[in-house]
Amino acid sequence: MSVAVIVAVGCAGALLGIAAGYWLPPHGRLPARDRPQGDHRRILLPFTGEEISRRSFEAAVRLAKAENAIIMPAFLARVPMNLPLETALPVQCARGMPLLEAIEQRAASQGVPVDSRVARGRTARDALRKLLEQEQFDRIIVSADEDPRAGLSYEDLRWMLDRVPAEILILRPAPQDTRRISIETVKGHF
Amino acid sequence: MVTTADYSRGRLKVFIGMAAGAGKTYRMLLEGDAELQAGRDVVIGLLETHGRAETARVAEGLPIVPRRRVRYRETVLEEMDLPAILRRAPELCLIDELAHTNAPGTEHTKRHEDVEAVLAAGIDVLSTLNVQHLESLNDHITELSGIRVRETIPDAILARADEVVLIDLTPEALLERLRAGKIYPSERIDAALNNFFKIENLSALREVALRQVAEEVGAKRLTTELVGSREESLAADAPHAVGERLLALVEPEPSAQRLVRRAWRSAQRLGAGLDLLWVRVPGRQLSEDEHRSLVALRQLASVLGARMIEEESDDLTAAVVEVALRRGITYILVGSSRPARGLARLRAPLPQRLMARLPGVDVRIVADRSQRANGASLESQ
Repeated sequence: MSVAVIVAVGCAGALLGIAAGYWLPPHGRLPARDRPQGDHRRILLPFTGEEISRRSFEAAVRLAKAENAIIMPAFLARVPMNLPLETALPVQCARGMPLLEAIEQRAASQGVPVDSRVARGRTARDALRKLLEQEQFDRIIVSADEDPRAGLSYEDLRWMLDRVPAEILILRPAPQDTRRISIETVKGHF
Repeated sequence: MVTTADYSRGRLKVFIGMAAGAGKTYRMLLEGDAELQAGRDVVIGLLETHGRAETARVAEGLPIVPRRRVRYRETVLEEMDLPAILRRAPELCLIDELAHTNAPGTEHTKRHEDVEAVLAAGIDVLSTLNVQHLESLNDHITELSGIRVRETIPDAILARADEVVLIDLTPEALLERLRAGKIYPSERIDAALNNFFKIENLSALREVALRQVAEEVGAKRLTTELVGSREESLAADAPHAVGERLLALVEPEPSAQRLVRRAWRSAQRLGAGLDLLWVRVPGRQLSEDEHRSLVALRQLASVLGARMIEEESDDLTAAVVEVALRRGITYILVGSSRPARGLARLRAPLPQRLMARLPGVDVRIVADRSQRANGASLESQ
């Protein structure tokens, strides 16, 4: 076999390898960007404070697994009324961001994809309304907290039932169940 | 930037309360009177006493610009005389009920527009407002109280006020004033008690007013600091920046949210500014998911007080280097790269390319901790 043939075969093999390398990503899986996303249902998990009920989170995870859905935790920040709506809110973010992180980590550890959101408005409801104007969600999961100051009030829940075009799952308060996902759960590694 | 126009503009102070009768107008008049006693030229541009004797008594010593009469259809209405106030040109003008809607035929539809004209003429203004008149709170308060307020003002009006003073009163004290005939005449008291002036309404309104104004103090201070530092950094020659400045490289995808949160947290610890950079390949069309992610990223940047920079370039490294030099960046944060394909595998990874072209700039790779199996560490109470 002549040297030219050997070189030609070698070059062809190299080209084939490069082509295979291009078309077949490493580790036998699709790159993140190529994974299908559009067909996922979207479950919104809004919150306002430093913690959310474990029950509502677990409900979101169960539904997300069953429905091949993405959990979308959303931090609703309130803008004081004498500040512009586009104001930066670092104090509130110092509470909301770690909780988003905690939710994201916990959901990811259970194999559920997460896509977080932040919305702001004059009230939690105003922030939620703005978020709902921007995006559509298939389902919203909220906990009917006994203390309305902790998040969405009963009036907010009623408003959601009246106005929001999505399935809404309101979890009944369970005073005996004090489990929470809080910002403490990410302390030290966020 | 503060312009000459800002210096010549009058200052606006708004007295805000939970409901009629809280004492906003009374307090406005007291402050106006104090200014008058101190030697300033003060006039009442518009006063609504609603027949309250106490209020009228406080107003006695203050000069008043008479109202003008405006004919509308078959009736004659009395409105604030804006041209007369501007001609009189006092140093301080007291204008009650900021959310009032003017009669047709006057210069402006709403009184807050009149107030803008007065401020623009360099006249300071004291005014009053009930919290339920704020546009963004209108629905919320309607549901709290069951009564929809028709006259609203954009929140931006209050946002531009130089001072906002909350006039607080306990619901019990307000009801006491109502029953004593200090708010409405006797024939209207029962109707008021049965409608708006219920203890639960007043408690809720008070909470709304207190919470909103209470948050203002700290948030306004922080915002001022943030806006100020950003303005300064824009104006300064970035390469000579003394402080730290972080740059997070993002793409419109869900994982970028975490990278931004991590970068923001680092920026907070360092007391540094934060920029986000997305380098878009020219002509690339975004999918629906990517578009949503981009909108969410912009929103996150805005809420965090970060600056979102979007550049178009085929050369990611060159674009990052250019922005880093222009903005005086000291740290760059990148996410975990997706696996390179084809010939791209032969190139040095992005962090190494950046470090080679940006000596003195730290480059951090932010791990995707959300993928870490760390359930045990997340156990809550």
